Amino acid sequence: MTVENVTTSTRLQKILDNYYVRKILLSIVTLFGISILIFTIARVLPGDPARLALGPRAPEDVVEQYRKLLRLDQPIYVQYFYWLLDVFNGRFGLSLVTFRDVLTDIIEFIPATVELIIFTLIIDVIGALSLGVISGRKPNSIIDNAVRIFAYAGIAIPSFVWAIILQLVLANWLDLLPAYGRLSLGIEVNRITGLITVDALLNGNLVAFADAITHLIIPSLSLAIGSIAQEARILRANLIENINKDYILNMYAHGIPNSIIFFKYALKPSMIPTVTIMTLDMASTLGNAFLVELIFNWPGLSRYGITAMLRKDLNAIVGVVLVIGLAYTIASIIIDLLVSYLDPRVRYKR
Amino acid sequence: MSGTTTSEVKFSELEKKIKRENWRRIWFRFKKSKLSVIGLSMILILLFMAVFAEYIAPYPSHAGLYIAFKNAYKPPSLEHILGTDMYGRDVFSRIIFGFRYAFMMIGLVLSIVVPTGVILGLIAGYYRGTFIETVIVRLSDIFISLPPLVLALSIASILEPNIFNSMLAVSLMWWPWYVKLTYSMTVSLRNEPFILAAESQGASTLHILFRELLPNELGTILTKVTLDAGWVILIGAAISFVGLGAQPPTPDLGTMVSEYSKYLPEYWWMSLGPAAGIVLIILAFNLLGDGIRDVFAGE
Repeated sequence: MTVENVTTSTRLQKILDNYYVRKILLSIVTLFGISILIFTIARVLPGDPARLALGPRAPEDVVEQYRKLLRLDQPIYVQYFYWLLDVFNGRFGLSLVTFRDVLTDIIEFIPATVELIIFTLIIDVIGALSLGVISGRKPNSIIDNAVRIFAYAGIAIPSFVWAIILQLVLANWLDLLPAYGRLSLGIEVNRITGLITVDALLNGNLVAFADAITHLIIPSLSLAIGSIAQEARILRANLIENINKDYILNMYAHGIPNSIIFFKYALKPSMIPTVTIMTLDMASTLGNAFLVELIFNWPGLSRYGITAMLRKDLNAIVGVVLVIGLAYTIASIIIDLLVSYLDPRVRYKR
Repeated sequence: MSGTTTSEVKFSELEKKIKRENWRRIWFRFKKSKLSVIGLSMILILLFMAVFAEYIAPYPSHAGLYIAFKNAYKPPSLEHILGTDMYGRDVFSRIIFGFRYAFMMIGLVLSIVVPTGVILGLIAGYYRGTFIETVIVRLSDIFISLPPLVLALSIASILEPNIFNSMLAVSLMWWPWYVKLTYSMTVSLRNEPFILAAESQGASTLHILFRELLPNELGTILTKVTLDAGWVILIGAAISFVGLGAQPPTPDLGTMVSEYSKYLPEYWWMSLGPAAGIVLIILAFNLLGDGIRDVFAGE
């Protein structure tokens, strides 16, 4: 009996010692923290949510009743407790903009944002890898210097400015790509997953698929450029550092072909700091999506969030911020896993 | 008696001399990187323009409410270098006034955020393993676990939309990063012999925090401050662009981009001018920050 107890408790201890279990538990605590933070800010503000919801012309006793319904007459921790209870039952409260439950809205708008972010990530990874490798292979060449200038531009130009420039040049002046929205007029796709590219393929509608891709290019490019610039620079620096290390020299001495040395043995360890910085880049992408979706009239979660913010739609703001916080937490855990896959030292330490 | 005073005088003179020598060395190392000198000069020029905007701007009255419809929508010309906007105001003049708000934003945000974050970080690091540390570190973790721009936007949305509240929103979002930085440095310095020596001589906590720990961390903090100045502008411009910051007719750069972008693509010069202004400031601070980082990394 006691022996069994000891083994279960050590097993539990082992699970708790696991890096990822600890990280996930901490993330849960942090998400609760975020919810308290946002909830408090939203409720402490001057102005009356009940009055805001019903409009300035509603009679005072109706507002008073609605205030009771929202439990605004009770202390803030009681309000938070009930709000939390609602959230666990899948109710985020009514949106003042769409007059539906915020969760319904979020489910409707989230696929557009997910599609945009995934496409941004694809462009980011391809762009950063190729630019980093090209400039890292031949340091101080013409291409390397061009990449360096591009990197400064990428870091100094905010993504909403990229969005305006790309929209102006590629869509309005050169007329290569559409300037707004997710699909051209007249093209429709049955909603299955909400990701238009995936739905188009599932429907076998290749025209819609191509159309959706052309609509994705400018917004995701303007979101990705900043990250590409930063990651390419870091990859370049690490490639140059690693290529001069002794283990690479040793491989040259053994007559292993250059390209195998470069891509198999120098590139992998050089990617570690680049992947690490992706956590921060992910944060700025999720933030910048708010502006970029606004500019391109992209019917996603972020544009919904901005509309909510401009109209002080508190339930919607809290809901959107929580979902973004959750997404960011998951993204940083995935990036952590990727780093430990690339770096055995990190794996053993954990 | 007089012997001790002269040696004290000599000692303080020597100290001054060493300090001057150190600064000269820092300046020498900084000067070697051309890009950082370019960055510094750009900042000085922009700052000069911002301070003397009334005298430098060709049409100072165009900064605020000014209407001359017969001059509206003029493309760039010799008279109006960057063209005019929908009310006939000179875009270039408004950008110069916009720099003023940009520098105000940097100054105000960093002067709130840096002392707050640094002091909290010092305290959390010094009282490692106590309740104080847990509270400060956990609290900053919560702030950091949201993407910065999302947090700033949601705080700004809850306050009244104006320029000071957007500065407040950026400050509320920014302090934890300085807590994190100072905290990690303090933890690693905490058990160094010179701190233990000061403690054993009975130095006060305040002395240890601000005279022993802080001077050793100043270089890294200063580097972060310069690199952050560009980010402050970026986040501030984003808040204004969305419409949650400064409101028209305030000549804030982000507000101008947002206001003028409604007239794209026909009147493109209106929004590209202030956008270029934002880019210029961010670029200048990035160049300077890189230079300062190299100076302190060399030490």
